[in-house]
Amino acid sequence: MSLTHYLVLAAILFTIGAVGVLVRRNAIVVFMCVELMLNSVNLTLVTFARASGTVDGQVMAFFVMVVAAAEVVVGLAIIMSLFRTRRSASVDDANLLKY
Amino acid sequence: MDTAPADGLIAASWLLIALPLAGAAVLLLGGRRTDRWGHLLGTGTVVAAFALGLLCTLQLDGRRVDVDLFTFVSTGSLDVQAGLLFDPLSAVFVLLITGVGALIHVYSIGYMAHDPRRRRFFAYLNLFVAAMLLLVLGDNFVALYVGWEGVGLASYLLIAFWHERPSAATAAKKAFIMNRVGDVGLALAIFLMFAQLGTVSYDGVFGAVGTLAAGTVTAIGLLLLLGACGKSGQFPLQAWLPDAMEGPTPVSALIHAATMVTAGVYLIARSAPIYDQTPTARAVVLAVGALTLMIGAIAGCAQDDIKKVLAYSTVSQIGYMFLAVGLGPVGYVAGLAHLLTHGFFKAGLFLGAGSVMHAMDDEVDMRRFGGLASRMKVTFVTFGLGYLALIGFPFLSGFYTKDAIIEAAFDRGDGWGYLLGGVAILAAGLTAFYMTRLMLMTFFGRPRWEPGVHPHESPTVMTAPMVLLAVGSVLAGFLLVVAFPLESWLTPVFGEPEEAEHVVAPLVVSVLVTVVMALGVLTAWLFVGRREVPVTAPVRVSPVTRAARRALYADAVNESLFMRPGQWLTRALVFFDNRGVDGAVNGLAATLGGSSSRLGRTQTGFVRSYALSMLGGAVVVAGALLAVTAG
Amino acid sequence: MSDFPYLLTMIAVPAVGAAAVAALPRGREGTARQLALGVSLVVLLLAVLTTIAFDAGGERFQLTTSVSWIPDFGVDFALGVDGIALVMLLLIGVLVPVVVVASWRDEPTGRRSMRAFWAWLLLLESMMVGVFAATDVFLFYVFFEAMLVPMYFLIGSFGGPRRQYAAVKFFLYSLVGGLVMLAAVIGLYVVSANELGEGTFAFDALRQIEIDPGVQKLLFLGFFVAFAIKAPLVPFHTWLPDSGAEAPIGGAVLLVGVLDKVGTFGFIRYCLPLFPDASRDLAPYVLVLAVAGILYAALLAMGQSDMKRLVSYTSIAHFGFIALGIFAFTTEATTGAVLYMVNHGIATGLLFLVVGMLIARGGSRLVGDYGGVATQAPLLAGVFLIAGLASLALPGTNSFVSEFLVLIGSFPTRPVFTVLATVGIVLAALYVLLLYQRTMHGPPRGVLLEPAPETPAGATGAGDGATPATGSGGGATAATATLEAPAAAPARLRVRDLSRRELAVAAPMVAIVIALGFYPQPLIDLIEPAVAATMSDVGADPAGVSPQAPVEGTD
Repeated sequence: MSLTHYLVLAAILFTIGAVGVLVRRNAIVVFMCVELMLNSVNLTLVTFARASGTVDGQVMAFFVMVVAAAEVVVGLAIIMSLFRTRRSASVDDANLLKY
Repeated sequence: MDTAPADGLIAASWLLIALPLAGAAVLLLGGRRTDRWGHLLGTGTVVAAFALGLLCTLQLDGRRVDVDLFTFVSTGSLDVQAGLLFDPLSAVFVLLITGVGALIHVYSIGYMAHDPRRRRFFAYLNLFVAAMLLLVLGDNFVALYVGWEGVGLASYLLIAFWHERPSAATAAKKAFIMNRVGDVGLALAIFLMFAQLGTVSYDGVFGAVGTLAAGTVTAIGLLLLLGACGKSGQFPLQAWLPDAMEGPTPVSALIHAATMVTAGVYLIARSAPIYDQTPTARAVVLAVGALTLMIGAIAGCAQDDIKKVLAYSTVSQIGYMFLAVGLGPVGYVAGLAHLLTHGFFKAGLFLGAGSVMHAMDDEVDMRRFGGLASRMKVTFVTFGLGYLALIGFPFLSGFYTKDAIIEAAFDRGDGWGYLLGGVAILAAGLTAFYMTRLMLMTFFGRPRWEPGVHPHESPTVMTAPMVLLAVGSVLAGFLLVVAFPLESWLTPVFGEPEEAEHVVAPLVVSVLVTVVMALGVLTAWLFVGRREVPVTAPVRVSPVTRAARRALYADAVNESLFMRPGQWLTRALVFFDNRGVDGAVNGLAATLGGSSSRLGRTQTGFVRSYALSMLGGAVVVAGALLAVTAG
Repeated sequence: MSDFPYLLTMIAVPAVGAAAVAALPRGREGTARQLALGVSLVVLLLAVLTTIAFDAGGERFQLTTSVSWIPDFGVDFALGVDGIALVMLLLIGVLVPVVVVASWRDEPTGRRSMRAFWAWLLLLESMMVGVFAATDVFLFYVFFEAMLVPMYFLIGSFGGPRRQYAAVKFFLYSLVGGLVMLAAVIGLYVVSANELGEGTFAFDALRQIEIDPGVQKLLFLGFFVAFAIKAPLVPFHTWLPDSGAEAPIGGAVLLVGVLDKVGTFGFIRYCLPLFPDASRDLAPYVLVLAVAGILYAALLAMGQSDMKRLVSYTSIAHFGFIALGIFAFTTEATTGAVLYMVNHGIATGLLFLVVGMLIARGGSRLVGDYGGVATQAPLLAGVFLIAGLASLALPGTNSFVSEFLVLIGSFPTRPVFTVLATVGIVLAALYVLLLYQRTMHGPPRGVLLEPAPETPAGATGAGDGATPATGSGGGATAATATLEAPAAAPARLRVRDLSRRELAVAAPMVAIVIALGFYPQPLIDLIEPAVAATMSDVGADPAGVSPQAPVEGTD
């Protein structure tokens, strides 16, 4: 399998994630789509690291995973408290933060 | 013209100014504590100044004495020293101001006896005397200007003395503003002198005025004339003087008849070296004088307010003086002599009018007078003598000094001379008419008093000054022209008098003037004396009378030319400033604020739209990067 | 004592005083104002001592102090005064104690505490001293901007009903000007770095360098905009009427009396010597603004119904005269302009103070709410008149000398502009006398008749009511009770005459007005050397105007 296959797969995953973030209302699903995008990026990083024979990209991927884990913790906590107050997990219901 | 250093009493001539100034300061700062003796102090300072002035004059002996005081302003090449110049010309004025001033102070003790603010009245009078003395004693144009505006202030304060009356307050403001218009001229003249000659002292300017270009001298002369017109109530700035009669009558006598309004004549006479260089400016002075003396005389014929008649008479008489000084060297002495005699008889007339008003419960409408001759004998006699002196009854003072002016006018010899002389003679007839009308309406005929008015003679403290001034009115002309000629006293100032070649023999002029005067008296008797005077002014009168009543529409012209457009302009500018200038700034602020809130609308609060814009942004950035690296 | 750091002390004392006042516990209002008065008197004393230590015939800048501040950019904390700055320091020294006494009984608006007022006032004094004493352009800029903060709070916290609007407007206007100036200051630094090899902000060093005319013009405009807004010249003026009207009286006095003078001071100190060619080239345009301001603002003053706005507009007209004097480039005119800065501070300060006293009595700022005050309060009317006469530059008052010098000095070089400006003295008489007639003369009107429309709780000096005004220096108080006024029936004595405290405010100011009106030479002697130096910087003859007579020319 050539480099291109990995990259195309990553692009497809990223697109699915991006479209999911844009079109889905459920916060959990949006959240999972964000994870999907992050992992597609991870895949790209690892691919390039493998291709260039260095470990920089893999290190970066680890960083992303760590940050993603932290983000999941904070994000899920926000969604939980949002659900508690509003009885809904729809992102469109949380629209107070504007002008 | 050599200047002698100050010695003897003259070195202390600054006391002339300091005495009344100190009086004013004590009375104003001392407050009610000085109420009981304030009028005495005020009178005392002026009497003391008169005594000092008299002694200084006796020591003068035809010299020019310069008294250096201190450096007023000195910066760059401008050097203004506070200094006094005591010469025959200023001596004459000092004696007039302090002499007539002292008499009027005495009169005021009685006239203002019942006014709770008498102390302040005397303070203002003292302030006036001080400023007026500074005006005539200063040895440079800046000192003159300081005194010039100082008397304007005193005049403002005194016209508005009864400031509860809106008419008095308005008249005071009008006087000050119209004077200020004149002051602009005087100020600009001073600026021009400094720019051209680098000095503002009399000695410096008069010594070097010969080196100036003719146009410049004419400009200076005309600007000085504008200042003189403002202060002396000459055309086109004459409208304030009749309104100034709103002030207490002693003020009208002192400031608006005898002294302050003659300051313009003083200015022109003092600036003789300038006017000698510029026939153009002198011609304008002549024109102003001739025009004003007619305007004043015509307006005087139709007034019903006794003080207004006298005010227009003052305007007219000062016109005579302007005419005289405009004639140049031949006229200076004649003009100044008339100024002095006018100071006596006009002050006397005003004091008499004040006495009448005092008796008539402050009534000023002559249609409400009548038959006062028997009730107020002293007033009648003194007023009558002043009247005769003013109309130029033979061998009284007006006769000598007015004739001298008319003679000097004829002596020009050209057509203009005849025109000016003719105008002056005509105005003499008008003077006789309006003054006779005044006499007839006030002292003769059937009483037309308001019910409840009981005329009575004024107290001695008021009549005594009137008597003294009446004596002055009778004798001053003879003394100044024949016995102790003013001409020789003023020789050190104006040079040796030239032996004038008379175009028209003096005797002819005298006879002519006397005949015209008699005609004026006769006409007045025909129109006023023979008939019953209506208590209210007739409404159906000729256009001429109507124009004369409104003083040839001077106020109307001023209002429609300056006041209304000014008010309109002010309103328009206020609107423009609020809406235009400030509006532009506020508009800019509002535009920024508005666009910011419109941009704020894009913040919908929906997470997904933010995500979309982030994605869009990322795509744009990536696209741009690609474009750059590829291209 | 000659090396005593007078200027540093004059900055430090009020700053420390401000901190001390602010640190006082709640409820110690009395102590706060006593402390403020004490500190301001100390500054006055320092100003007088500085004047004594200053040698009029000596170096341009004296009593210098210099401490390196930001060495990387060549910024020094450099202080020093020439005659021009010195007279401004004297003006500050005189005005602040007067303002403190005048505001003695002010009540705070809303939840504010008067302690804050006194603290801001003292801090403002410190900044004002700094701005005049700085000889480092960067330091000047810092004080120039820092000065805004206390004034912003004085207007915004203690002002009239529209104080927030006025304060923000004041702040924004000044800030815009300040930022443009900052650009010019940095530009100047860059130019100096190119010319001298090492950038500097020191005024004396900057004065020496030759700047390319095109660059000069840009830098000049940068400084000019800031100063023209501050001064203010038409058309940058609309913030002043709002600020002057809404500021508390004390603030308004300092705003118009001192703060705005930084603008005209800046013209003389920075625009002329640093950019002489640009100054000469652009002078006609500045003069157009100046003369337009004299006439325009005077006409506008006549059309105002609010007394404080009216006084603000008169100030704009006066600033026109000052700008005329500065940009006429003659020693006489510029000396007059500097003297005008001092005299205007005194005269207009007095006018603001006395208008404030009137407003404190009537509770209204509108001219139409007053009338016939002179009969009931002759002393108040007298002081009002003196202030007004000083404002219209009557001879015998201090303003006359300065206005006369400005005009006579400008005439030889700029006859047309001077003639137009001279017309302004008629307009000045009009607006002063109209105001005086409407408020003081005539029968009692407005607040003098009706029951007081409101207790003037928010207005200044309201607490005075209890103080009986008997036996005060003038003594003419209540002399009018027996007045024979025609409309005497309904006229009850609604307006008290001046109290002792108010006399203590007015008397020194009136004394200065009269004294400087008759003997201004000592101040002129202080000012002239610095002006002459500026004139030689800008290429004019420092010895003054030379008469044109020998040339047979008229114009």
